[in-house]
Amino acid sequence: MKDKLHKWLFTLPVTIYSILLILLPLVYIFIISFFKSDSYGGMITTFTLSNYIQLFDMVYMRIFMQSIIIALVVTFICILIAYPFVLAITHKNARIQKILITLVMVPFLTNSLIRMYGFVVLLRKSGVVNTFLLGLGLTNNPLKLMYNNLGIIIGMVYTLLPFMILPLYSSVSSINKSLLEAACDLGANKRKTFFRVILPFTKPALFNGSLMVFTPALGYFFIVDVLGGGKIMILGNLIKNQFLTARNWPFGASISVFLLLITFIIIGIYRKTGGKLEDLG
Amino acid sequence: MKRVIVRLEDFGKSFFKKEVIKHINLDIYENEFITLLGSSGCGKTTILRSISGLDKPTTGKVYIDEVDVTDMDPTKREVNTIFQNYALFPLMTVYDNIAFGLRMKKVDEEEIKTRVNEMLELVHLTGYEKRFPRELSGGEAQRVSLARGLINRPKVLLLDEPLSALDLKLRKEMQIELKRLQRKLKITFIYVTHDQDEALSMSNRIAVVRGGKIEQVGTPSYVYDHPSTLYVATFVGEANVFDAEVKKINKEKKLLYLGDNFVSKYSKNKYSEGDKVKVVIRPENIKISRTLKKENSLKGVVDELIYDGSNTKLMVDVDGMIVKVLVFGNDHSYEVGDKLYLYWDNVDMNVFGEKDER
Repeated sequence: MKDKLHKWLFTLPVTIYSILLILLPLVYIFIISFFKSDSYGGMITTFTLSNYIQLFDMVYMRIFMQSIIIALVVTFICILIAYPFVLAITHKNARIQKILITLVMVPFLTNSLIRMYGFVVLLRKSGVVNTFLLGLGLTNNPLKLMYNNLGIIIGMVYTLLPFMILPLYSSVSSINKSLLEAACDLGANKRKTFFRVILPFTKPALFNGSLMVFTPALGYFFIVDVLGGGKIMILGNLIKNQFLTARNWPFGASISVFLLLITFIIIGIYRKTGGKLEDLG
Repeated sequence: MKRVIVRLEDFGKSFFKKEVIKHINLDIYENEFITLLGSSGCGKTTILRSISGLDKPTTGKVYIDEVDVTDMDPTKREVNTIFQNYALFPLMTVYDNIAFGLRMKKVDEEEIKTRVNEMLELVHLTGYEKRFPRELSGGEAQRVSLARGLINRPKVLLLDEPLSALDLKLRKEMQIELKRLQRKLKITFIYVTHDQDEALSMSNRIAVVRGGKIEQVGTPSYVYDHPSTLYVATFVGEANVFDAEVKKINKEKKLLYLGDNFVSKYSKNKYSEGDKVKVVIRPENIKISRTLKKENSLKGVVDELIYDGSNTKLMVDVDGMIVKVLVFGNDHSYEVGDKLYLYWDNVDMNVFGEKDER
């Protein structure tokens, strides 16, 4: 009895935090997604499904599709960069590993919006990259590196890559080295060792990383705003616009619920394919 | 003459410019059970890893079955390793673990099935196919790892302290099991351990490794009875080590003094007068008498009796030095405080001079 009380008391701050800052806002968003908006940015508290029906409008469907494709591409590129990177650094000694992983986290120390403006300097028509390529004569006309999907993808991969690297790193570095040696000893070359031993072992971390890249990639509106030049719309911008510009909170809320639903579906697929929720950490 | 299956030729290995293995030459024969025995950090595992190919030698060559494999990839060598921590693939079943090597060689699944079942039978694990490594006990996991190595029919099986994570009783069982497997399959086993009991009870030959060099190679009984250095004498089996000095009485005869009061005839010409030497005698070779003997006799007082069921160990205080004496069974009349004399035969005495040691 006393134990139970102690447990309850110790977890109280976390419980209050979760309820106040996570659960209540979500419940609020969920409830207002069924409200009607009035013409002045307020809400009329009557039950309606019209916000959800509006989601299936072609205009919005196209935005959803575009967001999902961009997010998938970003996730895929992050996987392609993160795996070789992680496999390479886990072969280094502990000190170098620590330094490299710290470097991966350094970008977190500055505001990501400012970093995006830094990318503008790099990627724009007369930016560092184009000046360099033109100077070397590798290209005759400046490449269009931003104000298009490419710019958004570059910005997102850059911002979200640490979220892929960190879980993968902690997973790969926890593989007992003798497992890899055993695979080698039993005749598995590097490629087979990767697909038969490393990949299955790191699958939960890979999924975890993918989730941490994919979900924000649907919603990082500031990257799209800065590097997309206002021409491209993804889910994140749409939600932001509904809340802040169009002041249609109920509709913004219904898109948010939709976004949440996508995340749950992905986790559901992961569990169906044999993944364990605890492995996601 | 037996066929050499593994040959190390002038083999040396350095890590970060530190020489770990110092130019070893070693021949390992077909169908033998050889143990590399040494304390931790002596380089025995490094020797093993150079045979499997997981480490490359810095100098010298490694031959397997007369083929120079020094630069051959470990995936291509016909040797398999049993790791100390078993190194079973955690996400594969017992079956898939054992089948791994054959699948890498693209053997067809029908044959794999027959051979895996054969292996499971061999290591007494029939019915365990679908289990995962986390569902196995330490002994079972080690047997799976044995099956996983042996299924490839390697020319040599390398075992890196495979039993050290098991408890004593299981370890004894597995020792017998390993011996049986080796005899049945006629595969050369190279076994690495720091446990001298294990080395003595399992091997055809023992190579005592110390500081990156092989100190002595020989059959267990030869190494035990005729250790080539003081280190081997004290590392393999228990030993009493006495400080002694060589003194002369005439041309042929030399005398060995242990302290001031003891004299032993010693006819080997290896040492000259005034040499300081160490005399090593095994506890079971020391005999006890109530009366003074002519030679090799020390006077002592029983300090402690330790009875372990099959033997009794007497700790005898000889001028402040504790001498261990082993008596079979409990069939003796000695008690703590008894005064008695210790003696032994000259053949049971091993003498090492300072110049014998490195």
